[in-house]
Amino acid sequence: MAVTTRLIQRPDSGRISYLRAAFKGMAITLRHMLSPKTVTQQYPEEQTELSPRWRGTHRMEVHADGRPKCVACGLCPTVCPANCIRLVGGEDDQGNRYPIVYEIDEFRCIFCGMCQEVCPVEAIHVGRDFENAEYTRDRFVYDLDRLMEQDHPTTLLWDPSDPASE
Amino acid sequence: MNTPISGLPLLLASSLKIAIMFGVVMLTVAYTTLAERRISAFIQDRLGPNRVGPFGLLQPIADGLKNLVKEEALPGTASKFYFMLGPMLAMVPALVTFAVVPFAAPLPTPWGVVDMIIADVPIGLLYILALSSLGVYGIVIGGWASNNKYAFLGALRASAQMVSYEVALGLSLIVVIMMAGNVTLTEIIWQQQQLGFWFAFPLSLGFILFVVSAFAETNRLPFDMPEAESELITGFHTEYSAMKFSMFFIAEYAHMLTAAALMATLFFGGWDLPGSWDDAFWYQGELIRGFDATGAPIAAAPALWKTLLTFAGFAVKTGFFLVLYIWVRWTLPRFRYDQVMTLGWKIMLPTALAYVMVVSATILVLDQVGVSRFTHGLVLTVISGICTVAFVFFLDRGRIIGGAAAVKNRPGTVVLTPPSQGVIVGEGASK
Repeated sequence: MAVTTRLIQRPDSGRISYLRAAFKGMAITLRHMLSPKTVTQQYPEEQTELSPRWRGTHRMEVHADGRPKCVACGLCPTVCPANCIRLVGGEDDQGNRYPIVYEIDEFRCIFCGMCQEVCPVEAIHVGRDFENAEYTRDRFVYDLDRLMEQDHPTTLLWDPSDPASE
Repeated sequence: MNTPISGLPLLLASSLKIAIMFGVVMLTVAYTTLAERRISAFIQDRLGPNRVGPFGLLQPIADGLKNLVKEEALPGTASKFYFMLGPMLAMVPALVTFAVVPFAAPLPTPWGVVDMIIADVPIGLLYILALSSLGVYGIVIGGWASNNKYAFLGALRASAQMVSYEVALGLSLIVVIMMAGNVTLTEIIWQQQQLGFWFAFPLSLGFILFVVSAFAETNRLPFDMPEAESELITGFHTEYSAMKFSMFFIAEYAHMLTAAALMATLFFGGWDLPGSWDDAFWYQGELIRGFDATGAPIAAAPALWKTLLTFAGFAVKTGFFLVLYIWVRWTLPRFRYDQVMTLGWKIMLPTALAYVMVVSATILVLDQVGVSRFTHGLVLTVISGICTVAFVFFLDRGRIIGGAAAVKNRPGTVVLTPPSQGVIVGEGASK
C-alpha cells in the first residue's frame, strides 16, 4: 500500500536564520500575551451549558402529597444493564404498590438512561447534572429520600410536555 | 561634604541592607514564579492561577506553605548526606551572588553616605562568575546522589552545558571589562555614566552573546537540558519533593534574578538613569558626580529621592529581563543536546573570541588616535552594530539548527510496508 504524502516544505539550511525566526516567534507570543482573549472558562462562576440530552445522576419524581411516583413494578432493576438498582416493593391498604427500598449505586450506573425509558409511570429519571463529588464512597449509593430530594433538571430523553411520549 | 558611613552605623546599615535585600530577593523569586505561570498562561490564551487572593497574588505563599507541609520523600537507595547537600549547594550561591550587585544610587543619612550595595568587593564580576558556576555543584551532587538514572543524566548534561557556556559567558564579559577597565560593578556603572550611553550600544554583540550564554547558564529554555521534562522526567530533581524541590526551584529563579540584574548592570547602566543628575562614584575618598573641563571632580549631591528613583529604574530594567526570560521560555522549543553543544562550541565560542579581537583592536586604535570618550563609544557602536547584523542575519544561517532543516527539499512518497515488515520508508526523510 503506497500512501502519497505531502512533505513539509522546509527551506534550505543555508537560508535559515535561527535568531530571526526566534524574534518572529517572540512577536507572536507577545501578541498573544497582550491580547485579552482567553479560552479559559471560570468554572464555578461560569457553568457549561449541558446538552438537553445529558444523562447524569438520577432523580425520582414525587406526587403533590410527597409520595414517590414509583409503583415498584420492577421493570427498571430488570432492564438495568449494570444491575445497580435495588428495589423492594410493598403494598398499602388500598392495594397501591410503593417502593420500600429503592437504591441506585451511582458508581455502578453507566448512565444509559434505560431505567427512565422503561418506567411506565415516569417516576425515575436521569438528570442534567454532573457535580456529584462526595467525601465518602458510601454516599454514592442514593436511597429513595436522596433521589426524591434531587432538584436538577431531567434529561430531555423524556419530554415534560409529552409525558407519555405519544 | 559627603563622607562614607563608618563604625557602628556602618554595621547596622549593612545588617539592615542584607536583611532587606534577602527579603526582596526571596519575594522577587516568589513572584517571578507567579509571573512565569501567569505570563505563560497569557501567551497560551489562558488565565493562569487567579484564585488565591486578588489576581492570584497570594499564590506563591500558598505554594510555599504547601511545600513546607508536604512529606519529604527520601529515596531508599539515595546517598543521604549528598542528597541533603544538593539543594543547599544549589540555593546558597544563587542567593549570595546578589551581594555585589549595586541596586541604587548612594543614600545620604545623618551618619554618612550609605552605598546601595551589600558588599562592594574589588573582585565584583569575578566573584559572580566564581559563585554562579558553583551553582552547578548543587545540581550535579543532587542528581548523582539521587541514584536515579534520569537524575544522573540530567546532572551530567548540566555539568557539560555549564562548562561549555561558561567559556562564552566569560569571553562576552571580557569586552565589558575592557571598556570599564575594572571588574567592580560600581565602577562598571560609573564608566557607563561617564561614557554617556550604556554598554548595550557600543557592545551590542557582547550583550547578545551574554544573554544567550546566561540563558544556558541558568538552565532555562531553550537550554533546559538538565531538566528536559519530555526526556528525563525532570532531570536532576526527579527524586526531590517538598521543600528540597522548592529549594532547587528557588535556586533556579534566584539565578535568573541575578542574571537579569547582571544584564541590567553590565549593559544597561544598572541603576543609572538617563542624564547625569544621578551619577555618583567614590573617587579618592569623595563622592563625585563627574569631572569639569579642567579635570577637577564635581561633588555629587546624593538624596533620598534619587536613591528611590534609581532603585525603581534598576527594578524596571531587571524586571524586563526577568520577563524576557519567561517570554523566551514560552516561545522557543528546547534544543536537542547535540544542538546545544554545537551552538556552544562551534558558534558562541568562535564568535565571542572574534568579537573580543575586534573590540580590543578598535579600542587600541582609538586609544592611539586619542579621540574623546563620546566618539570612542560612537565608533564602537558602529563597529559592534555591523558585527551584530552580520551575526543575526548571516552568520547563524543554517548553522544553529541542524537535523530536519538540513534535509534538502525533495518531492517524496512515503511507502507504508505491510506490518510484517514493519518499516516506513520515507524517501524525502532519508539522509
